[in-house]
Amino acid sequence: MNGADAILRSLEAEGVEVVFGLPGGAILPLYDAFARGTTVRHVLARHEQGAGHMAEGYARASGRVGVCVATSGPGATNLVTPIADAWMDSTPLVCITGQVRTSLIGTDAFQECDITGITIPIVKHSWLVQDVGELPEILKAAFHVARTGRCGPVLVDVPRDVQEAELEFSYPESISLPGWKPPRRGHPRQITAAARAVAAAERPILYVGGGVLNAHATDELFELAERGRLPVVTTLMAKGAFPETHELHAGWPGMHGPKWSNWALNKADVIVAVGARFDDRVTGKLSAFAPGATVVHLDIDAAEISKIRHADIPVVGPLKPVLAELTRELKPGSTDAWRAQIARWKEEYPLRYSEDDTLLKPQRVLELLQELTAGRDDVVWTTGVGQHQMWAMQYVLCDTPRTFITSGGLGTMGYGIPAAVGARAARPDATVVCVDGDGCFQMTQQELATAVLEELPIVVVILNNGYLGMVRQWQDMFFEERFSQIHLTQAVPDYALLAQAYGALGFTAETPDELREALEEALASGRTCVVDARVDPREHCFPMIPSGAAAVDTIEFDASRQEVVA
Amino acid sequence: MKHTLSVLVENKPGALMRVTSMFARRGFNIDSLAVGPTERHDVSRITLRVDCASTTLEQIEKQMHKLVNVLRVQELVPGEAVERELALLKVAAPPSKRAELMTLADAFRARVADLGADSIVFEMVGSPEEIDAFEELVRPHGLQELGRTGRLGLARATRPSRKRSSPALV
Repeated sequence: MNGADAILRSLEAEGVEVVFGLPGGAILPLYDAFARGTTVRHVLARHEQGAGHMAEGYARASGRVGVCVATSGPGATNLVTPIADAWMDSTPLVCITGQVRTSLIGTDAFQECDITGITIPIVKHSWLVQDVGELPEILKAAFHVARTGRCGPVLVDVPRDVQEAELEFSYPESISLPGWKPPRRGHPRQITAAARAVAAAERPILYVGGGVLNAHATDELFELAERGRLPVVTTLMAKGAFPETHELHAGWPGMHGPKWSNWALNKADVIVAVGARFDDRVTGKLSAFAPGATVVHLDIDAAEISKIRHADIPVVGPLKPVLAELTRELKPGSTDAWRAQIARWKEEYPLRYSEDDTLLKPQRVLELLQELTAGRDDVVWTTGVGQHQMWAMQYVLCDTPRTFITSGGLGTMGYGIPAAVGARAARPDATVVCVDGDGCFQMTQQELATAVLEELPIVVVILNNGYLGMVRQWQDMFFEERFSQIHLTQAVPDYALLAQAYGALGFTAETPDELREALEEALASGRTCVVDARVDPREHCFPMIPSGAAAVDTIEFDASRQEVVA
Repeated sequence: MKHTLSVLVENKPGALMRVTSMFARRGFNIDSLAVGPTERHDVSRITLRVDCASTTLEQIEKQMHKLVNVLRVQELVPGEAVERELALLKVAAPPSKRAELMTLADAFRARVADLGADSIVFEMVGSPEEIDAFEELVRPHGLQELGRTGRLGLARATRPSRKRSSPALV
């Protein structure tokens, strides 16, 4: 067989169900191999960036490695954003790109681009395949590296002549990667020390990040929290890793987290960071973050230990066994008084906004979505990036892991629609809802065609305020209301008509009643839908800890200082 | 504070670039860098000199360990390692100054690699600090060209080196 067939046989051997991609010149032999037949489903995206985010959405929803395919040159560079996104959020991804023939490499040939060079800072590793005989081993290594240790993206660049060259295929049982040795267990003494610190704490808290999902360790996390009666805050990346209707869930920390959640994290005396990395959007001003707290840091990546916040008790290892051992070692004390305190803060500082007689409030859209889907474990949410994403975090409650899929670290606008398509490929049983902004929607709307034609239906709910809303909020609050280049308008494009043009159902809603009707119909339709919810453009996302400020500087909703300009 | 790191990497295309790119991306500065073969044909040694705080050094080591091509990272502690550098120095040397330059070279065990009508190329192997000193002494005579390899180092045969290659142990 040739190299292209060998790629597909390797994907099959890895158990890959689906890949997302778009053909082009340098990857033609691989697409010819697809035409010859494979068990791997190929989902044809409309843009390589879409293919990349679909693979990410698939990986996030399934807990498996996502795979995307693109051609050389512009096809490969269009993957750069999803690769960077997967790098920041530790999403396991194998990207396969075509490359010009080996004899043409370095000659500025048509659609040539040094994609392995371009992506070096944003991949765990990459390979430019020089010899067809190496292909099976490299692909085996690629999947291994993507999903072991701290998960992340890898790239395999395959010149066209390598895809066409013949080889005797056999998929290796094992591979030798002498430089790749992720930790296999946590140090028992450190775990004992961690258990003692938690047991001795008066105000302990579990600060949970996306690592717990990558580690498939949500059950172990649950056991630990229950055994210690430990309050849990989940970051944006960990939303759903711990049931959000559970009494121990203490909300979401960070810039737009509720004040009571940030209070709980900042006033804790022992913080157990679980697969979290003290991102600046969580800590705010570092010197004022959780002053005096003892930090126990559990992570598979040694480089995260004391990178931002000094770890008093680091435990480097895979979270699944580490959390299980910590639970076994833990002699729980009482956290009643501490939890009662958090409950009082929760009562004192609820999420607030003011209803309006004439305009639909964006928060109301999310409340309605939550109401219509409450109790269902077959709803998967994706979002774009901006105000709508933060409101989704605040108002949608996820009780099941892998049901909230969003771009955290990179903050990639346009992530929502393609990620939803990928999530739907992973969860054919689920209703996939993309909460989007009008700005985000216009960055990747072309993938509606993919959703419709590949029969991967998604419901896109646009919080359409006609603005780049988060930028508007910052210009209003921090740039003395000098609004600059943010007005997209609510009317252009007409999203419902656009949806129809793609063969989807389109709805426009301007009142709560219209919205309820549209959402009910959309959620029940089983088809790809776009609900254009025309919301109040003046609405800001609160509470907010301004960039570089501390939790004590939280700006809360205040009806009297609502923006009045329309 | 200056630190010397000795890094063993797989001898594969792009291995050096992955290491240097990590330094650039994370804002770590490299003072000097020397790369070359080792006793194993499939392994290269990168000797890096960095000027940073010890917390930054720890971060550099951990980040390097995550690179798939990196096999081993070791800090060479002063006094517990042999460190050498090779320098070539082309110095203006009119006949009237030659004797003086030769005396200087003798004191530093620098050899004459080439002799021209009005300049000399010295070669010198020594600790980077010795080379610094020689460089300063010949500079007033007219240092026309200078090339240095960057520091190379190995842990001493006589003393165990301070191993810092396993962050997984913390």
